Amino acid sequence: MIVAGVDIGSLTVKAVILRDNEVVATSTLITGDDAATAAKTAINEALKSLAERGMSVTLDSLDYIVATGVGRKEVTFAHEEKTDVRCDAVGARHIFPSVRTVVDIGAESCKVIRLSKKGRVEDFTANDKCASGTGMFLDVLAKVIGVGVEKLGELSLKAKKPAKISSMCTVFAESEVISYIHRKVPIENIIAGVHESIANRIFGMMNRVGVEKDIALVGGVARNVGVVKALEAKVGESILVPEGPQLIGALGAALIAAEACGTA
Amino acid sequence: MVLVAGVDIGSLTAKALILEDSKIRAYAIIPTGVDSEETSKKVMNIALEKAELRLEDIEYVVSTGYGRVVVPFANKNITEISCHAKGAVFLFPSVRTILDMGGQDCKAIRCDASGKVLNFAMNDKCAAGTGRFFEIMAETMELPLEELGRLSLEATDAAKISSACVVFAKSEVLTLLRRGVDKKNILAGINEAVALRVFALLNRVGIEKDFAITGGIAKNIGVVRKVEEKVGLRALIAEEPQIVGALGAALFAKEALEQVKK
Repeated sequence: MIVAGVDIGSLTVKAVILRDNEVVATSTLITGDDAATAAKTAINEALKSLAERGMSVTLDSLDYIVATGVGRKEVTFAHEEKTDVRCDAVGARHIFPSVRTVVDIGAESCKVIRLSKKGRVEDFTANDKCASGTGMFLDVLAKVIGVGVEKLGELSLKAKKPAKISSMCTVFAESEVISYIHRKVPIENIIAGVHESIANRIFGMMNRVGVEKDIALVGGVARNVGVVKALEAKVGESILVPEGPQLIGALGAALIAAEACGTA
Repeated sequence: MVLVAGVDIGSLTAKALILEDSKIRAYAIIPTGVDSEETSKKVMNIALEKAELRLEDIEYVVSTGYGRVVVPFANKNITEISCHAKGAVFLFPSVRTILDMGGQDCKAIRCDASGKVLNFAMNDKCAAGTGRFFEIMAETMELPLEELGRLSLEATDAAKISSACVVFAKSEVLTLLRRGVDKKNILAGINEAVALRVFALLNRVGIEKDFAITGGIAKNIGVVRKVEEKVGLRALIAEEPQIVGALGAALFAKEALEQVKK
C-alpha cells in the first residue's frame, strides 16, 4: 500500500510518500502561482527518488492522496483534504508520541495546537492575516540586516545582549532594526532580538491555548535554532524539534491517507 | 486678541498651528526628523514666520501627538485622541465619530457635542491602514503617493487583496502585478482591504453621525470613498485634514489660557 500526503504551503509545497506506514520518500519545492501543479510536481519529485531505488510508482497508482495546507482545496486529484491543524497534530504525534502542544511556524502562518492525552485536537489558535511571528517576518528582517535567512539561527547564538524589538508588526520592527543598525549594535544582538520578538508573539498564542507538555516546534522556521532557543527561554521548557520539521504537515496528511486505506 | 498654538508631533509629520482668537492664523507641516525636539522647534518657527509673529507673542502652547512630551516650549501636553475630537468638532460641530488615519496608527473616536471623548479604539501595533502602509504600496507599484486615491477611482474591476497586513498585501500586490493586473484595479483592492480593517475599528467604538476622517490618509479619495461605503455615511473632511490634531491642541491652549486669566 503506497500513499501520499501533500502540504501546499504559501511558500513551499511538501510531499511525503508512505509505504506500509513507513516514510520512503519526501520532497520540498517552491509553490509558485499554481497550487495544483506544484502539488503534482512535488509528488512526482518524491516518486522519482523512489524509482531511482527501484520502486516504480506513478501518481495515478498511489492508493490514496491527502492534501493539506493553504492551497489544499486546489489539489483536485487528491482523494481527500484535511486541515493543517489536524495534519500537524497527527504528524507531530507520530514522531513524538508524548506531545501535547504543537507550535507550527511556517512562511506566512503560525499556529499553536493543544492536544489531549490521546492526541485529539482540543484547542488551537492561528495568526490572522498578519506576518508577525511567521517566516515572512524573519525573511523581511534578514534582508534588512543583510544576512541569509538560514544563517540567522547560528549567528544569534553569539549574541551577548539581545536588542529589544518592541513592535510586533513587521513594518515597525523593520524601522527598529534599521535604527539599531545605524547605532552600530552588533548584528548578532539584533538577530537575537528579532528571535525574541517571534518568541514573544508565539508565547502569547501559547498562553491563549494553554500549554501542556511535551511541546514540539514544527514548520520551516523550526530549523532556526535561535527561534527554538528563544522560545524555550520564554516558555521555560525544552522543545522537541523533529528532523525535517517542515515536512510534519505532509507526514500527517500521509498518515491520514494510510489510515483511510485501512493499513494503519 | 489672544494668540495660542498647538503643536502635533506625529510619527511621520509634525504640525504647528497658530490660533488668533478663534481663527486659524497660520500653520505648518513638515516631516518629523530623527530629533523630535528639533522638529518641534522647526515646525513652530515656520508657522510663526508665516504668521509674522515671534514665539514670545504666543501666550500658551499645547503639544500633542506621539512626540508631545519633547516639545520644550509647550505649556502642557494632551493626547492626540482628545485633540482630534476637539479639532474635528470645532470644524464640524455635528461630528460625533472620527476616524483618524495617521502615519503609523489609526484611531476611531466617538465624542459628544463639546468634543469630549466618549470612547476610542486604536491600532498602533500594526501598520495596516496607516500612512506607512500606503507609502510601501506606492513604492511597490512605482506610483506617486498622492496619486493613489485618484487612480483607484478609475478602477473597473477591483482586485482581491485578502490581507491588510503590509507584508502580505505587498506580496499579493507583486503577484497581481506579475499577472499583469491593472494598477488601478490593484489600488481599489488595497483600499477595500484597508476600509474593511478600519470599519472594524469604528464598529468597536460604535458609529454615530456625523462622521469625519482626519489625518493624512483623508487626502486619499479612494480610501475615503471605500470607508464611506462601509460606514454608510458621507465623511466630512477638513480642507487640510493633517492639522486637525494641532488645531484641537490650539483650542485646548485657548481654554487653558482663559482658565489662567480667570
